[in-house]
Amino acid sequence: MGSETNGKVQEGFEIPEINIKFTQLFIDGHFVDALSGKTFETRDPRTGEVVARVAEGDKADVDLAVKAARKAFDDGPWPRMSGYQRGRIMMKFADLIDQNIEDLAILDTINAGKLFKIGKLIDIPSASQLLRYYAGAADKIHGETLKLSRELQGYTLKEPIGVVGHIIPWNYPTTMFFFKVSPALAAGCTMVVKPAEQSPLSALYYAHLAKEAGIPDGVLNVVTGFGPTAGSAVASHMDIDKVSFTGSTEVGRLVMEAAARSNLKSVSLELGGKSPLIIFDDADVDMAVNLAQFAIFTNKGEVCVAGSRVYVQEGIYDQFVRKASEAAKNWTVGDPFNPNIHQGPQVDKAQFEKVLKYIEIGKQEGATLLTGGKACGDKGYYVEPTIFTDVKDDMRIVQEEIFGPVMSLMKFKTIEEAIEKANSTKYGLAAGIVTKDLNTMNRVSRSIRAGVIWVNCYFAFDIDCPFGGFKMSGFGKDMGLDALDKYLHSKSVVTPIYNSPWC
Amino acid sequence: MMGQRLVSSLLSRCLYASHRILNPLTRQERKLGLATRISQRFSTLTAIEDPVTPPVEVKYTKLLINGQFVDAASGKTFPTLDPRTGEVIAHVAEGDSVDIDCAVKAARKAFDEGPWPKMTAYERSRILFKFADLIDEHNDELAALESWDNGKPFEQSAKEEVPLLSRTIRYYAGWADKIHGLIVPGDGAHHVQVLREPIGVAGQIIPWNFPLVMFAWKVGPALACGNTVVLKPAEQTPLTALYAAALLHEAGLPDGVLNVVSGFGPTAGSALAGHMEVDKIAFTGSTGAGKIIQELAAKSNLKSVTLELGGKSPFIVMDDANVDQAVELAHSALFHNQGQCCCAGSRTFVHERVYDEFVEKAKARALKRVVGDPFKQGVEQGPQIDEEQFSKILEYITSGIDSGATLVAGGGRAGNKGFYIQPTVFSDVKDEMTIAQEEIFGPVQTILKFKNLNEVIQRANASPYGLAAGVFTNNLNNANTLMRALRVGTVWINCYNLLDAAIPFGGYKMSGIGREKGMDSLNSYLQVKAVITPLENHAWL
Repeated sequence: MGSETNGKVQEGFEIPEINIKFTQLFIDGHFVDALSGKTFETRDPRTGEVVARVAEGDKADVDLAVKAARKAFDDGPWPRMSGYQRGRIMMKFADLIDQNIEDLAILDTINAGKLFKIGKLIDIPSASQLLRYYAGAADKIHGETLKLSRELQGYTLKEPIGVVGHIIPWNYPTTMFFFKVSPALAAGCTMVVKPAEQSPLSALYYAHLAKEAGIPDGVLNVVTGFGPTAGSAVASHMDIDKVSFTGSTEVGRLVMEAAARSNLKSVSLELGGKSPLIIFDDADVDMAVNLAQFAIFTNKGEVCVAGSRVYVQEGIYDQFVRKASEAAKNWTVGDPFNPNIHQGPQVDKAQFEKVLKYIEIGKQEGATLLTGGKACGDKGYYVEPTIFTDVKDDMRIVQEEIFGPVMSLMKFKTIEEAIEKANSTKYGLAAGIVTKDLNTMNRVSRSIRAGVIWVNCYFAFDIDCPFGGFKMSGFGKDMGLDALDKYLHSKSVVTPIYNSPWC
Repeated sequence: MMGQRLVSSLLSRCLYASHRILNPLTRQERKLGLATRISQRFSTLTAIEDPVTPPVEVKYTKLLINGQFVDAASGKTFPTLDPRTGEVIAHVAEGDSVDIDCAVKAARKAFDEGPWPKMTAYERSRILFKFADLIDEHNDELAALESWDNGKPFEQSAKEEVPLLSRTIRYYAGWADKIHGLIVPGDGAHHVQVLREPIGVAGQIIPWNFPLVMFAWKVGPALACGNTVVLKPAEQTPLTALYAAALLHEAGLPDGVLNVVSGFGPTAGSALAGHMEVDKIAFTGSTGAGKIIQELAAKSNLKSVTLELGGKSPFIVMDDANVDQAVELAHSALFHNQGQCCCAGSRTFVHERVYDEFVEKAKARALKRVVGDPFKQGVEQGPQIDEEQFSKILEYITSGIDSGATLVAGGGRAGNKGFYIQPTVFSDVKDEMTIAQEEIFGPVQTILKFKNLNEVIQRANASPYGLAAGVFTNNLNNANTLMRALRVGTVWINCYNLLDAAIPFGGYKMSGIGREKGMDSLNSYLQVKAVITPLENHAWL
């Protein structure tokens, strides 16, 4: 178990004490075993060792959770209290997260290989910020009075959609949990969350804090388990009104099919990407190199918006390649508890092997390996930061999502060519542009078919900034006030009006 | 002229406070001989002879400028009085134009150099949320101070108004990180962004009837948007604004962002409204003073103005109404806060079919109203704010009697010290009577009779004011027709005085300009900047 290394000083840093408190399903305000009694192993990607056994929920448990959520929605106080009251409870929830930052960051590190320091400084505080943002939005959900064309008085009501199923991925276990849960709570929905089987621990901890904050039983249920059993039960459930999924494009398709075949529940999908980062000749090369490295290697490349296709204009291409190669050497890989490390292990063995397989494919396809290309260390799932040059647009490493620290570098001549290449993908999640030219920025940002364009920055996520994909990267937005719309129904109410002094 | 009035009112207050040597009420009392006799017959007064000692001490009596409590530059102070007795609670620094200059300079610096408008909206919201938590922690102290200075029932302060303060602050804290401009379509190949920027230094002048609630309505949106503020509380009630401002600094507000200058309208208030370095002025108070504010803004730097002024709001009871419920609602619509509400339902229009029953029950309800020391439990009505208001209301009562309205309840002062007035009801009131035309701002209900819907719409709208209206009916078509036909900023249907943070509030006609609360209030504290740039080879328009 992970506790073997507790407190052991490794290379000048300390591994904090690891204490896993919650491993059961959270249904109707209580931690319970799976009905089947089954559990599954969750492993520490730093070592590949089992850190805990977690209850394995399946269809029967999802049924129970939905029943609790249904009751909490149909008869319970949550949708009936004022937005202000919901917001107050969510504010309390946020404060409780702030009081447990260290414990929560540990869970995401040992479950998903995420950098502990970043967890403490960014990921966990972003959870409380998301909650506070939507707590502040809960009392600002407005319908509209309408300007009808006849003697009618009309208005829209924004009603909570009902019971929501959230299926979330393992790459940002905390952030994704609150991307989904916060706006749904603000809207007055009740929900069943299925976290990824790779990273179930922090979601269970959040369920515990939600209860402590005063979220009524049944409003937030967490069923840990696998996609084909628990996940599919959520997507196809007849009593779930909406399913919100973040994950791969393949699974997104299954979720949507399941929704279509069951009760036509509304669906929102935040899926894969193969996002371009376009660097123009007028860019500051050092800045562009840093940005490119940050865009692909952050979180070991396990980011749906990773800048995995880097297009560099020919005037600075050679210089860029040289500097990128040097910079990659300073990108350190190692134990994510080490505060001086840039990159931890891939989440699990399957991802680790998949990334290495794609590196092989790149080599076979004729791309030149500029740097990296191998696993590192003798245990755990660490991969070197890897850069390919001489990459062609039709290679699989450019077409398919690798979800690992693998950059594909390509050269372009003109702005038209860059736009065309950037758009020649089935995905449309994000894009980056590096330029000092205003016209270039305006033209490219309108031309690229992607949900977010970062100009001279990357990963510039912000709570108030809606995020979601074009094309096969999905539909529906997380974050910002747009995310509330996913969890609201609009109802129009119309009645005749007599003797009105205006129309 | 304003200066003269100020001196005389100060003088009279001082004299009144010291043994009533030249009691200015004598004239009133003589004039009201009849009314006093009637009122004694109807009086339901509880003991108000021995005022309860308020459970709070006065901590802050100086000006708050640039994060420091300081004396007025002149060294002057003025007394703030206990309306239960007319006695002095505390002497408060009397700011004038010199102090306003200092405060504006601090606010200017805090705006131009930061950090307030430059910090992230999330950080601003955290400070405001923290402020709200501190308000909740000091709920009873704030409430006691509010009731002491203003005379309103302590339970009303503690259970309604202080909670409304923290609630409103939280509402705007939640807006801080959600202020959006639009990207708007151009007619040609242009990219158009609309930025909503803080307007700069806001001057805010608030009244004495709801000192803390008005503080919230003004300061909440101004700060959430990133502005800095110079606030002038009313001279009658300077204490709670200073206390609340101290809590806001404890929550982490940077120096200079909120400055509080207590003082008088003709000196401090007019210096603020006429200041060349103030970008916006927001005022709540009388229509007369509102006109002066707008003039001062026009004569100085054309600063933008929002005004929330007087009212003579109709409360319309249709013939389908449950009379008992209508009476209760109409009663609270008028008598709440001693009748000192800008949106008081001060013209009660009752359908002829239920009129007699209504008048009888309204009278009974007024006679039951518990008047007394606002710190005593169960008291519904405390004293009026000050001697000037007290005398003015008594004059209106005399005017009502003289013009032939029927006095059915109350009609005089209650008790023999302080500024208490009996809950007063007039029936048979006609539209042209002064008591049906002018804002009394006191516990005087005027009941008028009407025959049909069109008539009542026309009469309800025949007022220079347009702040609010109450409609009492369960008939959907009547409710819809009235809702659209009444030229007022708020229509309450089968309810009254619902002032949730998200509901915009403000007047039509001479009841004011602009809206407070809700999203709409943000507009008062934001500049709108359009940014246009050409597009080349655009993918779409």
